[in-house]
Amino acid sequence: MIKDELVINMGPQHPSTHGVLFLELRLNGEIVNDCRPHIGYLHRSIEKVAESRTLTQFIPFTDRLDYLASMNNNLGFCLAAERLLQIEAVRRAQYLRVIVAELNRIASHLLAISTFAQDLGAYATALFYAMRDRQKIVQIFDELCGQRLTYNYVRIGGVSGDMTPKIAQMIRDFIASEREILKDYDDLLTHNIIFKARSKNIGVLAQDIALSYGVTGPNLRATGFNWDVRKDEPYLVYDKLDFKVSLGTVGDAWDRYFVRVQEMRESLKIVEQALAALPEGDPVVKVNKPFRPNGEVYMRTESPRGDLGFYIVGNGEAFPYRLKIRAPSFSNISVLPVMAKGLNVSDAVCVLGSLDIVMGEIDR
Amino acid sequence: MNFPVQELLKLAAKGGFVLGFVAVSAMFLIWLERKVSAWIQNRKGPMMTGPQGAFQSVADTVKLLLKENIVPSGADFFIWWLAPFFVAIPAVMAFVCMPFGPHHIVYDLNVGILYICSITSVSVLGIFMAGWGSNNKYSLLGGMRSAAQIISYEVPLLLSVLVVVMEAGTVSMQGIVHAQEPGWFILKPNVMVAFLIYLISATAEVNRVPFDIPEAESELVAGYHTEYSGMKFAMFFVAEYTNFFIISATTATLFFGGWLGPWAPSPVWFLLKAYGIVFFLMWVRWTLPRLRMDQMMTFAWKVLTPLALVNVLVTGWFLVRKG
Repeated sequence: MIKDELVINMGPQHPSTHGVLFLELRLNGEIVNDCRPHIGYLHRSIEKVAESRTLTQFIPFTDRLDYLASMNNNLGFCLAAERLLQIEAVRRAQYLRVIVAELNRIASHLLAISTFAQDLGAYATALFYAMRDRQKIVQIFDELCGQRLTYNYVRIGGVSGDMTPKIAQMIRDFIASEREILKDYDDLLTHNIIFKARSKNIGVLAQDIALSYGVTGPNLRATGFNWDVRKDEPYLVYDKLDFKVSLGTVGDAWDRYFVRVQEMRESLKIVEQALAALPEGDPVVKVNKPFRPNGEVYMRTESPRGDLGFYIVGNGEAFPYRLKIRAPSFSNISVLPVMAKGLNVSDAVCVLGSLDIVMGEIDR
Repeated sequence: MNFPVQELLKLAAKGGFVLGFVAVSAMFLIWLERKVSAWIQNRKGPMMTGPQGAFQSVADTVKLLLKENIVPSGADFFIWWLAPFFVAIPAVMAFVCMPFGPHHIVYDLNVGILYICSITSVSVLGIFMAGWGSNNKYSLLGGMRSAAQIISYEVPLLLSVLVVVMEAGTVSMQGIVHAQEPGWFILKPNVMVAFLIYLISATAEVNRVPFDIPEAESELVAGYHTEYSGMKFAMFFVAEYTNFFIISATTATLFFGGWLGPWAPSPVWFLLKAYGIVFFLMWVRWTLPRLRMDQMMTFAWKVLTPLALVNVLVTGWFLVRKG
């Protein structure tokens, strides 16, 4: 009926573009000829702000990058800063960091899979289930550091609050209940025939394309490429913990979903082990302040969305000379035009949902 | 000429009852849907307006009545203006031969079920008019999808109704109910198949999950009624829920014996059965994801239609053998 290209501007306010993403879709009928993500609606020049803040002052800003995984951002930045300042966190702090990072990974993946289901048209039910479970994690964090979204918990040299028996019990309860609840997600989504029909073999991401675009995290592992910073460049105490890297086979939307579900199970295992092995002692190391970073460092950690890298250059001043953040979502969204081409609109939305991007991290 | 004043007054009273029932039923269904979804999702749903938020829909109606009616720039005004009526009026008209009880029916047309099926499919015209007239790409895509979907699912729907008609030997709604006095049609295996086909197609007819493709929120914002506001939007909304009730009520009549039932008065049985199906479809809506357009069309033409055809053939064969 329509011979010309139909241009649809999806976003920045649209129900399925997570956050303020603006997709310019050029359609032939309902087939996507071209898909151009326009970013920048959430730009706060955080990297520039870093040049007028001390390293400690910058930690709250990292909360606002990937706001669904603030702990992992805190952790990535603090580890980079510690490597630059040659500080080593105490053992207890290292275990606490592993616990909060993995709990936050679960919280983030819960939202990832449920918003993906939402994009496939499973109205809010999965989302509300995920919110219910995430609430338990958020309460644990609230108890730990008094915040529910922006934690500012991991500090250079340690963490801001210590584990109490009450919190440890909350975490143990959460692990026990979540193990059961994850089976519900399998019933509701993973093995649902319509869910599979919508996501199997849709948006297949070839391994070489994923690598050339710098796609990391669950999206890369879904293609079957075994890359997990926690295993391959172990930081903290990950090398002492027993966990598996979950891999997909074909790299379709369902694999990306399922890798996340499996990772939640592994994260529960990690939290359980770390909690059991938590050493006694003070969670904060005494450090000399103010920090005067000198030299440069690049440190990457495994955030729920992939390789989160912080590149810090200091010239002996209190403020860093330059700070660059390698945000995994940025690379993950850049592969979307390749994947969306030739799909119809429904599948393009499915692919976008399965990539699990967070705009706060892309725009910085 | 003898003017049948009494007859006309009687019809007017029945018409008034139907209009009132449509409005109240739609408002009740909207409230019920919010409560059922909340119950499924660990929420409470509307709680503030009246006990258990019972007056939430009333408040919403008042709000929508007072809202400004915004005409999108570049809209094809006449078509745009007319569309909601084309959607809402057929939905009300379908109630003419809805058998609430042995005597509780506006008019028992001798083409009963055929009339209901044909009058409700007029609404696709209104949906397409809304999509075309709004001058909005999302609306256009939604309208096009909707037209394709409703026309495709009409075929298996009517074929499955045909099985019931063959069993009952009549198209009149009351006749179908009376034919079920020995036992509900759902208990016969061939009608059971027809029931499944009917329920699936009817879900597609009223654009509900897993066939809510025309309104696919995550793709098309709100589909064909994206550009409507105020009372015009309310008309679409009421029509949607009225159609929803119609398919549930028709399912109850065709397969579950309609108003037949012991002890309680027959309208109670009718509403009980209809709302049972309403609840089931709500349950489905808040559980399943949505199918894709092509998957849905494939399903209609390659699975449901052949199955319905075979079912008609088998039923015919059995009936001929029985004599």
